[in-house]
Amino acid sequence: MLSGIKWQASSLAIASLVLLPLIALLVISSQANMQLWQHLSSTVLPEYVRNSLLLMLGVSAITLTLGVGSAWLVTQYRFPGIRFFDWALLLPLAMPAYISAYSYTGLLDVAGPIQTWLRDAFGWSVGDYWFPPIRSLSGAVLVMGCVLYPYVYLLARSAFISQSQHFRDVAALMGYSRRQAFMRITLPIARPAVIAGLSLALMETLADYGTVAYFGVNTFTTGIFRTWFGMDSVSNAAQLALVLLGFVVVLLIIERRSRQQAQYYDKRKSSTPSPKQLTGVKGLIAVGLVSLPIALGFVIPVWQLLIWAVQSHAQLWQSEFWRLVLNTVSLASVTAVLAVMLGLLVAYAVRTTQAPITRFAKQVVSLGYAVPGTIIAVATLVPLAKLDNLVDAWFRANLDISTGLILSGTLAALIIAYLVRFMAVALGSLDAGLQSIAPTMDQAAQSMGSSPWQVLRRVHIPMLKGSLLTALLLVFVDVMKELPATLIMRPFNFNTLAVRAYEYASDERLADASLASLAIICAGLIPVILLTRAIHRHTR
Amino acid sequence: MKKFVLIALTGLLVSCSSPTPEVNLYSARKEALIKPLLDAFTKETGIKVNIISASADALLERIKSEGINSPADVLLTTDAGRLHRAKQASLFAPIDSEVLNNNIPANYRDGDNTWFGLSLRARPIMVTAKAPDIALTSYEDLTTPELAGQICIRSSGNIYNQSLVASMLAHASAAEVETWAKGLVANLAREPQGGDRDQIRAAAAGQCSVVVANTYYLANMLADIATDDDRAAGEAISVIWPNQQNRGTHVNVSGAGLIKSAPNSDNAIKLIEYLSGDEAQHLYANVNFEYPVKPGVPVHPILAKWGEFKADALPLEKLGENNAEAVKLMDRAGWK
Repeated sequence: MLSGIKWQASSLAIASLVLLPLIALLVISSQANMQLWQHLSSTVLPEYVRNSLLLMLGVSAITLTLGVGSAWLVTQYRFPGIRFFDWALLLPLAMPAYISAYSYTGLLDVAGPIQTWLRDAFGWSVGDYWFPPIRSLSGAVLVMGCVLYPYVYLLARSAFISQSQHFRDVAALMGYSRRQAFMRITLPIARPAVIAGLSLALMETLADYGTVAYFGVNTFTTGIFRTWFGMDSVSNAAQLALVLLGFVVVLLIIERRSRQQAQYYDKRKSSTPSPKQLTGVKGLIAVGLVSLPIALGFVIPVWQLLIWAVQSHAQLWQSEFWRLVLNTVSLASVTAVLAVMLGLLVAYAVRTTQAPITRFAKQVVSLGYAVPGTIIAVATLVPLAKLDNLVDAWFRANLDISTGLILSGTLAALIIAYLVRFMAVALGSLDAGLQSIAPTMDQAAQSMGSSPWQVLRRVHIPMLKGSLLTALLLVFVDVMKELPATLIMRPFNFNTLAVRAYEYASDERLADASLASLAIICAGLIPVILLTRAIHRHTR
Repeated sequence: MKKFVLIALTGLLVSCSSPTPEVNLYSARKEALIKPLLDAFTKETGIKVNIISASADALLERIKSEGINSPADVLLTTDAGRLHRAKQASLFAPIDSEVLNNNIPANYRDGDNTWFGLSLRARPIMVTAKAPDIALTSYEDLTTPELAGQICIRSSGNIYNQSLVASMLAHASAAEVETWAKGLVANLAREPQGGDRDQIRAAAAGQCSVVVANTYYLANMLADIATDDDRAAGEAISVIWPNQQNRGTHVNVSGAGLIKSAPNSDNAIKLIEYLSGDEAQHLYANVNFEYPVKPGVPVHPILAKWGEFKADALPLEKLGENNAEAVKLMDRAGWK
C-alpha cells in the first residue's frame, strides 16, 4: 500500500511536528545575550550541571532497582497476592511527581507530624537531633525514583514475559541457577526494553521543574526558568533548553552504539515461562519487596493527601468536578490514540525502509519528552501562531475578511503540544516491542506476497498488542498529569484536574490541592486497571 | 471546493462573534483568587469574563506570538516587574481614565498610564518569641552576626525576593546590596526551600526564629479556612515592619494593563476600573488578605492587628528595571 517514499514522507511529516518547535527554539535562542553565559558559567552553571547529573544517577539507580527487581519477582515467582501486585506496581504512574513531593514534605518536614512527634515524645527541640532532610537532592531522587520506576517495570515486565522459555531451558542445561540465568540471559535480552523505560524516566527527570523547584534543588531545568523569568531572557532560556537537548542526544547516541551489536530474537513460538512458587518466609519476603515501591510511590503520599482532604473540610466542587474529569479524560484519550498511531507509523517506517530519513525522523520524535513542558509549549505556540497570522493576513489582503487565530488558542494546538512531548513515550514502548519480533517474520510474510501494510496489520499488530496497550496507557496517564503546556496553551475557561491541583498547591494551599490530586489519581486508576488487565490478556 | 471552504470559514467566523458582551483576561493570578471579583463584575455589568491563568512570563510569550490577532484584552499579573516587562515589550495601550487616576495613588501605577496596581502586598520581617533580643528594625539588620543560623527565607528564584533585592538596589549601591545578600546567606538556618508559608511553619517548629514573608501568607494561615496546625504556627509569629525610620517596608503590587490589540477594549477598561473600585478593593482585602491600593478602603481585621506601616514609596517600575541585576547579584552572593 505504502511505497518506500511514502513511508519516508509520512515519517518526516510526523517528525516535523517535533522539528518545528525545535527550529522555533533555535530561532528564539539566536537573540541570546552572550554576556549572560559568562555570568551563568562563573556563578551557578556548575552547580546546575552537577545537580542534574546526580539527580539522573540517583533516579536511574532507584528506577532500575525497583523496576527491574519487581518485574523479575512478579514474572518469575508465585507468591501470595501476586495478581494484585502485578498491577498495583503501576499505581505510582497516576501520581504526579510534584504532588508526591508536597505530600512527603508535609509528612517529613521539620513542621510535619513525624518530627513534631519526635520532639514531643523525647523533649527535643530542632537542632538536637538529626533527621534526613526531605527537601534536598536525595529527597528529590527518592520522590522521583519512586513515581518513575513504573516505566521501567512496565517495559521490563513485558520483555521478561515475552521471552521464550527456551532461553531459560538452555540456561538450565548449562547449569545456571535462576539468579545466574537472570543476570546472564534474561536481563541482557530484555535490555532494549529496560533501557527504553529508563530513558523515559530520565527524560521526565530532566524535564521536571515542579519537584526540584519546591525542594530548592537547583538543576539545569530550574536554571532555564530562572534565566527566563528572573533575567527576562527567553532567548537565553531557549539556548539552555537546546543545550539540555544536546545532552539528551549524546546520551541516546551512546545508548544506541552500545547495543548495536546485540540483537536477540527468538524465532520459536514463545511459551509461557513457568514461575516458581514461593512459600513461607520466602513468600513473605517477596511480598515485602514488591510492597515497598507501592508504599513509597503511592500509598504514603495518597495517605497524606487523604489526611489533608479530611482536615480541610473542603467540599468537592460539585458542578465543576465532572466537567474537569470529562475535560481531562477526553484530552488524554484523544492524545493517547493519536500518539500511538503516529508513533507506530514512525517505528514501522524505520523497520520497513531502514532509510536514513526514517531513522532521523525517529530520533527527532524521541527528543520531545526531554524538553520542559513550558518551553515546548512556547516553542509550539510560536510556529502555530505564525501560521495562523499568515493565513489571516492572506485572507485580509485578498478577501478582506479576517480568519483570526485558527489553531492557536484551541484544543487542537494543545493536543499538538502534547504530541510533541508524548509521542516519544509511545515510540519508546512500541520500538521495544517491535525489536523483539525477528525481521525474518517480515521477510517470510513478504515472500508470501504481503505488502508492508498487510504485514503490519496481520503479523505485527497482533504480536504487538501488549506494547500498543502499554503505549496507550503511558501516554494517557502522562497527559492526565501534564501541567505546564496545558496551563499556557489551553483555550479560555478550560480547566483540567492537574490545573486545579496545581493552582492550589502552588499557592501552598495543600489541603485544597489534595482533593484535585486525589481526583487525578482516581481518574488515572481506572485506565491503569483496565489497560493492565488487557495487557495481561495479550501478554500471557 | 475553494468556495466551500470559504463559506465554511465565514460561517465559523459569524458563529464566533457572540452577541453577549465579554472581556478576555490573561491572568497570572490564580483563578480561585480572582474569580469572586470577576463574578461580582459580571453580576454588576453583564459582561462575561473569559479567563486563562498561567505564569506571567508564559502569558507574555503567548500574547507576543499571537500578535495582532491575540484575543487577550487584559493582562493581570501578581507583581510590578512583569507589568513593566509587558510595557517594555509594547504590549500595553495607555488608558486615560479619571476613575483609575482617582482610585489608585500615583506611585502604584505607571507614569505613562499603561499599567495599574490593584492590590498591595507587603514583605515584612516576622519573628517568633525565640528570636534573639536585638534591635531588628530594618532589612539591613538581618545581616547582624547575632542572627547567625536564625533566618528562614525562600529561594532567590522567587519573584518576591527578587523584587525585594531590586528595591534595595534602588536605594543603595550594587556593592552594598551584594554585601548585604552575602551577610543574609551567612545567617540562614537552612538552605532556601519551600514557599513563604513553609518558612513560617519552620519558624514555628523552632528551626529558625526570623522569617521574611509576604503578609497574606501569614494571614491565610490565621484565617478560618486554615488547618489547625497552620493556625497554631501562624499564632506563634509576630510581624515587624522594617525600615519605618527611613524608606519604609518593601511593597509590591498585583496589577493589570490593557493589551494594545484588545478586541474588547471598552469592556477591558470597565473591568480594570471595576477592580480599582470600592467593592473589588474590599474583596481583594477579604479573599486573599491583601492591602487595598485605594486609600480609605478598610483592611481585613487580621491585617489590622499588625498595625499601620509606612510603605516604600519607590516607583514600582524600578522593581522591573532592576530585576535582572538583582538575580545576578543573588547568584554571586550564593543565595540559592
